[in-house]
Amino acid sequence: MANLKDLDTSARVTWCPGCGNFGILSAFKAALVELGYEREQVTLVGGIGCHGKITDYLNVNTFHGIHGRVLPVATGIKLANPKLKVFGFSGDADCYDEGWDHFCHAIRRNIDMTLIVHDNMTLGLTTGQTTATSQSGFKSKSTPFGSVVPPLNPIAHALVSNGSFVARGFAGDPKHLQSLIVQAARHKGFNYIDVFQPCVTFNYMNTYDWFRQRVYKLEEADHDTSNRQKALAKSFEWGDHIPIGIFYRDDRLTFHDGLPQVKDVSLAKVPMEGVDISRIIESMK
Amino acid sequence: MKVNDFSFLIGGEAGAGVARSGFLFAKACMRGGLHVFGTDDYQSLIRGGHNFYIVHASEQEVYSHSDDVNLLVALNAESVVLHKDNLVKGGGIICDPDDVELTPEKLGKTDLRLFPIPLRKIVVEELKQPHNVIMRNTVALGAAIAVTNYDFGLLEDILKDTFKPEVAEINVKAARVGYDYVRERLDDSFEFTLRKMEVPGGNGIFLSGNEAVGLGALRAGCKFFASYPMTPTTGLLHFMTQNERDFNMIALQPEGEIAAINMIAGAAFAGARAMTSTSGGGFCLMSEGLGMTGMTETPVVVMVGQRPGPSTGLPTYTAQGDLRFVIHASQGEFPRIVIAPGDIDECFYETERAFNWAEKYQLPVILLTDKFVLESEASTEPFDMDRVKVERGLLIEEQYETGDEYKRYEVTDTGVSLRAIPAIKNAIIHANSDEHDEKGITSENPLVTTTMTDKRMRKLRTIKQEMEERNVETVRFYGLEEARATVVSWGSTKGPIRETMRLLNAEGNVLNFLQVLYLQPFPKAKVEQALDKAKTTVVIEHNSTSQLASLIRDQTLRNVDHKILKYDGRPFSPTELAQRIMEVL
Repeated sequence: MANLKDLDTSARVTWCPGCGNFGILSAFKAALVELGYEREQVTLVGGIGCHGKITDYLNVNTFHGIHGRVLPVATGIKLANPKLKVFGFSGDADCYDEGWDHFCHAIRRNIDMTLIVHDNMTLGLTTGQTTATSQSGFKSKSTPFGSVVPPLNPIAHALVSNGSFVARGFAGDPKHLQSLIVQAARHKGFNYIDVFQPCVTFNYMNTYDWFRQRVYKLEEADHDTSNRQKALAKSFEWGDHIPIGIFYRDDRLTFHDGLPQVKDVSLAKVPMEGVDISRIIESMK
Repeated sequence: MKVNDFSFLIGGEAGAGVARSGFLFAKACMRGGLHVFGTDDYQSLIRGGHNFYIVHASEQEVYSHSDDVNLLVALNAESVVLHKDNLVKGGGIICDPDDVELTPEKLGKTDLRLFPIPLRKIVVEELKQPHNVIMRNTVALGAAIAVTNYDFGLLEDILKDTFKPEVAEINVKAARVGYDYVRERLDDSFEFTLRKMEVPGGNGIFLSGNEAVGLGALRAGCKFFASYPMTPTTGLLHFMTQNERDFNMIALQPEGEIAAINMIAGAAFAGARAMTSTSGGGFCLMSEGLGMTGMTETPVVVMVGQRPGPSTGLPTYTAQGDLRFVIHASQGEFPRIVIAPGDIDECFYETERAFNWAEKYQLPVILLTDKFVLESEASTEPFDMDRVKVERGLLIEEQYETGDEYKRYEVTDTGVSLRAIPAIKNAIIHANSDEHDEKGITSENPLVTTTMTDKRMRKLRTIKQEMEERNVETVRFYGLEEARATVVSWGSTKGPIRETMRLLNAEGNVLNFLQVLYLQPFPKAKVEQALDKAKTTVVIEHNSTSQLASLIRDQTLRNVDHKILKYDGRPFSPTELAQRIMEVL
């Protein structure tokens, strides 16, 4: 069982001081300790962006893949060994721009894993361009006159894609986020947590203060997490009041439930020698 | 009277069951003890248009089809028009007189045997199946058996083995009606016949290249397969998903090719033998993911089935235009292995070997095939299950024992590091598409960058050493050492080339043939040797810029003397190839 110290690598953290990623990192580490997983059982998949560096900072199994492809890599890992605890870390550009194709399909499949999106509404690592969740009017090097395209609503998309666990957190409230991660990890199914992650260097619009003035917790507002329609309505709430917490959860069959031949089996452990193909050969005679 | 050396062509619209009929006729021939090769030509549509299937059956081994047809079954008028000039002297046409009136005058040929059979009337009125007009093809098959004086029982058996009982029954009846019509109502004298051979213990198996690749993958212990449909590799996806439940594996169709390459990388990282398949366009999408497997040193097998490009090109035809692309795809430099199977047997055995190469050297292995080898069907001996054993390389199976911290990318003399997979006790694995240190932590240090690049590239040297030490067949040579010319080629041209050799070498020793089986790492020494011994060299391939010839020049500094290039989407026929070779010599 891991404790906090065990989870650090020797890598030096290169996030800007005050970055929302620190809140996500500390929430995640605390969650892992609370969940009591063995380090060897945990596998993280990170994408490309400031968020992706998290794979260097955590002493668990990690796969640092290419931009936008966290979800298919994580899917392959989980399908190959369902006993692993799989966490995907993505960013708003990584998941909602480049990787948008995979988002709806992964949610539909309901692979048992958790996706945490570092949503800072900008591309941090490439110096501050606009993304799918950047606010209208956001000025950046790629939209110097202000973005004219309204942002995506990924929470709504997740709900419409039959998401079985849809939540949102805030890096400025790591304790709340920790609780979301723990609940997600314990839930069987595709667990999606979008996390507001202030980028102190490039996002002048959505700052810690901006979020603190607006976010409220769904669990403190008598929200019924078993009603998808109500959750969808909540997902459209924006402006002065922005909900965080669990929007919706249910227990539907996972992708693995539809694979009776390999349920709970690590594909790496199925014997590879002596596979019997004689029946097929016979049918070809 | 020519016995057991036969070329049969069935043509019709898409939806008329042309490929299925060809398959049934081919299998009936195989079960009679003959060697068979079948290939299809179809268009990118679902109904209408023109499809045809050619069967080449012989007592001798056959390696490809022949453009010279002994018997044409035409399920529509267009088929007659398109193929009548392929018929040999004395060749026959089975056709419905209601589709087209067959007379020597109309055909412009007087040396053909004509067998007009009212196929549609038979199905509607005699068999009383007005909604199953597709059964015209079975009636025609029965007629073909009668015309060639072959054993009806063989057709009956294959119909019963292929279809569900109710469907089989009506099809056997239909075939019988066709057979009897010829026997009773037509002059059935025909100089080309088929005769069942006495072969004790039965004969071989009949399967497509896609199926052979699939069998090789199953036998090699592939447990994760993810593929997006793309002609001509879709058959492999269907084969794997059908067998998913029986082989304790997962075979799925993801949302696209980018998902496919990334999924198999994840599965392989977690320790499963993983594979995908696609054609050139899909491989374009996979290029970035391919580089990721090279950088993270993740073992995967990718089958690329070529078709004519560029872009959408001719989706249902064949080509060899992606050689350079596949060898160089993705940014940066990293080792890969590229193997080009040329026939059904190589599809099976090289797929088995591909998984071994991938895991032993922790890199991507590409099986470079094409429509002609993947979708042609041929008879062959049941595969030797013991020829290729599973070899997983430096894989930690249980737990990591040493006291030192596990380093996924430990620098070694061979370039290959000890490979742990997630959940192995005492080992934490960091796979990284960024440049990284031995532990897999991101690094931008110049010395680390050089060291790691050298480590990865060093694997190529180790691979070449192993190939030499174990005498791996990276090329194959056919024919005698002394010949007027040496044909050099790769992939599925192998079949037509071997048939052509038989044709030309009957008159004296004209050709021998060097087949380049492994394209990366390039078998430099063996190719140089063969080229230096050759009196004259002829490269044969299905592309317009002669990519193999350019690769040979790159790697050996030798030019080839002649190039025979065909890039119309069709495979060479032996007679066509023989003609072009003789023109050039």
